[in-house]
Amino acid sequence: MLDGRSLVKRTAGLRLWLSVAWLSLLVIGAVFAPLVAPQDPLMQDLFTARLPPFWMHGAEPGYWLGTDSLGRDVLSRILYGGRVALIVALLAGSATAIIGATLGLIAGFYRGWVDMVISRLVDIWMAFPPVLFSILLIAVLGTGLGSVILAIIVIDWTRFARVVRAEAMAQGAMDYVASAQVAGRGRFSTVLTEILPNVLPTITVLLTLEMGIAVIVEAILSFVNLSISTDDPTWGGMIAEGRVSIHQAWWVLVFPLIALFLTVLSFSQLGEGLKDRFDPVLQ
Amino acid sequence: MFLRRFLTRIATTLVTLFGVAVIVFVVIRVVPGDPIAMMLPPGATDADIARLQALYGLDKSIPQQFVIWLGGVLHGDFGTSITTRQPVLGLVLSRLPATLELSIMALVIAVVLGGLMALTGTRLRDTRTEGAIDVANGMALSVPDFLWGLVLILMFGVLWPVFSISGRVSPALVPQFHTDFFLFESVLRLRFDLWLDLVGHMLMPAVALAIPLAAIIGQLLKQSLKETMHLDYVTLARTKGYGENHVITHEALRNAILPTLTLIGVQFTFLIGGTVIIERLFSYEGLGNMAIDAVINRDLPLIQGIVLLFALLFTLVNLCVDLLYAVLNPRLRHA
Amino acid sequence: MSFLKIRNLSVVLRGTRHRLLRDVSLDVAATEVMGLVGESGAGKSMIGKAVLGILPRSAQVVSGTIEMDGVDLLSMDPRRRRALIGRQAALIPQDPLTALNPSRRIRPQITDRLVDILGWDRARANTRAEEILHEVHIAAPERVLGSYPHELSGGMRQRILIASAFAAEPRLIVADEPTTALDVTVQKQILKLIHEMQAQHGTALLFVTHDLGVVAKICQRLTVLYGGLVVEEADVRAFFRAPVHAYSRALLAATPRHSDPDADLTPVPEAVIAAVQDQVLAADRSWTHA
Ligand SMILES: Nc1ncnc2c1ncn2[C@@H]1O[C@H](COP(=O)(O)OP(=O)(O)OP(=O)(O)O)[C@@H](O)[C@H]1O
Ligand SMILES: [Mg+2]
Repeated sequence: MLDGRSLVKRTAGLRLWLSVAWLSLLVIGAVFAPLVAPQDPLMQDLFTARLPPFWMHGAEPGYWLGTDSLGRDVLSRILYGGRVALIVALLAGSATAIIGATLGLIAGFYRGWVDMVISRLVDIWMAFPPVLFSILLIAVLGTGLGSVILAIIVIDWTRFARVVRAEAMAQGAMDYVASAQVAGRGRFSTVLTEILPNVLPTITVLLTLEMGIAVIVEAILSFVNLSISTDDPTWGGMIAEGRVSIHQAWWVLVFPLIALFLTVLSFSQLGEGLKDRFDPVLQ
Repeated sequence: MFLRRFLTRIATTLVTLFGVAVIVFVVIRVVPGDPIAMMLPPGATDADIARLQALYGLDKSIPQQFVIWLGGVLHGDFGTSITTRQPVLGLVLSRLPATLELSIMALVIAVVLGGLMALTGTRLRDTRTEGAIDVANGMALSVPDFLWGLVLILMFGVLWPVFSISGRVSPALVPQFHTDFFLFESVLRLRFDLWLDLVGHMLMPAVALAIPLAAIIGQLLKQSLKETMHLDYVTLARTKGYGENHVITHEALRNAILPTLTLIGVQFTFLIGGTVIIERLFSYEGLGNMAIDAVINRDLPLIQGIVLLFALLFTLVNLCVDLLYAVLNPRLRHA
Repeated sequence: MSFLKIRNLSVVLRGTRHRLLRDVSLDVAATEVMGLVGESGAGKSMIGKAVLGILPRSAQVVSGTIEMDGVDLLSMDPRRRRALIGRQAALIPQDPLTALNPSRRIRPQITDRLVDILGWDRARANTRAEEILHEVHIAAPERVLGSYPHELSGGMRQRILIASAFAAEPRLIVADEPTTALDVTVQKQILKLIHEMQAQHGTALLFVTHDLGVVAKICQRLTVLYGGLVVEEADVRAFFRAPVHAYSRALLAATPRHSDPDADLTPVPEAVIAAVQDQVLAADRSWTHA
């Protein structure tokens, strides 16, 4: 008999590989976008407006996934939009991880008033609706890739800080840290050599999940038209256009949505997979 | 003991709210675009600008502005919206009911869906069905409400258009009610046509908000139910002649709910936060939609009011969950 | 005629051929107290669980019959079997601290079976609950019935569980080491109480214990188990005069005597263990079940 556990376990490897495959595909497509994109993603042409995808009646060769209401090629825009998504995922994700983890480490290891201040800040941050906060920040910072990344860092550092602080506190209480200190090592070097390596797996898992979140935040911001400049293709921007013309040209919404959905799902599956791999109890 | 814990909670809540107020105030004051300039016609003189700035208190230093604003807030005066020139408090309160109704409906859906998943999974534990539930929960969890909203729009707005995907109520039916709790008041007034229309509009955004929370509830509740099912009092109940279903619902459920409850508190605040973008997505006239407009229009007093209200809502939810926990847990109640 | 009649009951670890109970046969007459002894892991609790229909999922009955009042439980439809067991039998569990639901008051935990399974009306069930708490010497039944388990002491909770077991006047009670989780001072009182209640109500009792001393005090007959195998089944008086099986003799020698608590105790000798293990292996060799 196939029981419940084994169904989850059996598909875990498969899901992990599918995620890796999709993300690889995305990276290749984004890096080589100028080579593989069939059209110029910015080129408008009202004669080719709202062409349906290739299998439907009225499709034109070269516009595989159809065109939007301005005649821009959906596939090419998805490929170029993938660039934005991946850059945001990488830069915002890692910067958030570094800053959040550093604050968490400091709070968890040094305790005292530093911890007080950081913990209180985390509490305050938790009382903000994150989407509203990010929109507010973009309004303040102005649109642009840098602002989007900065907004993500400002909002999401607490994710890392909270978890890393707790882990650092647990690790700091352990014997080997005490013995390192007794051995006369400086506090900071103890943090770097004894605690950091032990919280690194957790940070890696959180980072993977954060990349998925960053992709979503970017999409949400471009959905409300507050991400990078409005001409550049972004998935969120395409979705916003698609939402408007949903009854005339559903493909403008569906394809970027699928790309976004798969990307977010892949990052999270990857994170879960890493978590299982790092966690000896689950092995 | 219990009272002291409670008072400490209230104190930290106040500190948090104050922190939120300070941060919003500071962040907003850095906004580069000048809202005053935007309000005036092109040919306005410097004197006009100065007069308006004085009117909105924007000519004073930031700490001064903060003190004035805080003083107002404590008297229930949140300032005047720059775009609509109406009191912020009134504006915000007129939209709050829509958002509350949406959030609560989403919470109810999440609890029902998640509860059913957990109960079914426990009843059919160690079978393929449980495995399928686990996989589905995992999926639902990893994709945020924004994407579920889009998927629902496609499925039930386009492919099989049975639900409304935009607005709060059909224009022909907009009611003249005492309160803005339309859903609630329509029941009291026996206006079931209106009630159905409201639910039809609310259902899709509510489900989008509910899906991730339902998955979390399903996962955690199932886990604690399964742990509880091994305990002695459950076995004892079986010897009394009770079947699996009764044992799950009458013996295990009550005890398994407590750990889930604390989690629902935090997650419910995330859900309320999610209304901001979901309301935008479904053009639902609530607080979140108003907030995004306010940001785009740089309506500083309005933004401040809304963010503060959200923060208040979040902290209140957490406080309520703490209380509920104490009430439901007999050990705490008598301690 | 015996009220409980177990014949050739074999229980395996699910999915394996490893037997946890090996062709167990056992009779408990109405109003009789049967002791079930054996070292840890012998399968004492497993028998009790099989009788009450609460075997763990990992255990599976592969052969044999369990008859309660002449009705074969194992061939019954599960739903009817549960109801029958609920009416005819009850359990006094081992650990009073975990056997009461922490989020329900005491009253419904006693009356639920009376109302839901026996179909009594609520008033009658409530009266019964008070009455039965009096019987187990609880002075303020009203207060106790309105309490939550965590407000009561361990001894008090065990009294409640005993009362709850007797409340429906079952014909058979399974008591699985009902005193091991308690304070030594309370143990004696509880044991006396169970004995007293059993005598008053004339209930058949299947009493699981490690302690031969306890068996001598309250049981009429006993069954000695080793490795899921019935090693000896005897009248208590005859047993203590002259146990038949070498393992029983060794077990008895390993038990402190109340008449002479300071006498030297001899652990069960290796040779005896080896012999009884051979017996277990022989039983498995002749076991032809698929
Ligand atoms: N839930 C279970 N799943 C699988 N095997 C079990 C389970 N519970 C007990 N067993 C096994 O069944 C055998 C009999 O166990 P049982 O609990 O009946 O012993 P016991 O005589 O009651 O011992 P004790 O005096 O320790 O209570 C043991 O070998 C034990 O390992
Ligand atoms: Mg046992």
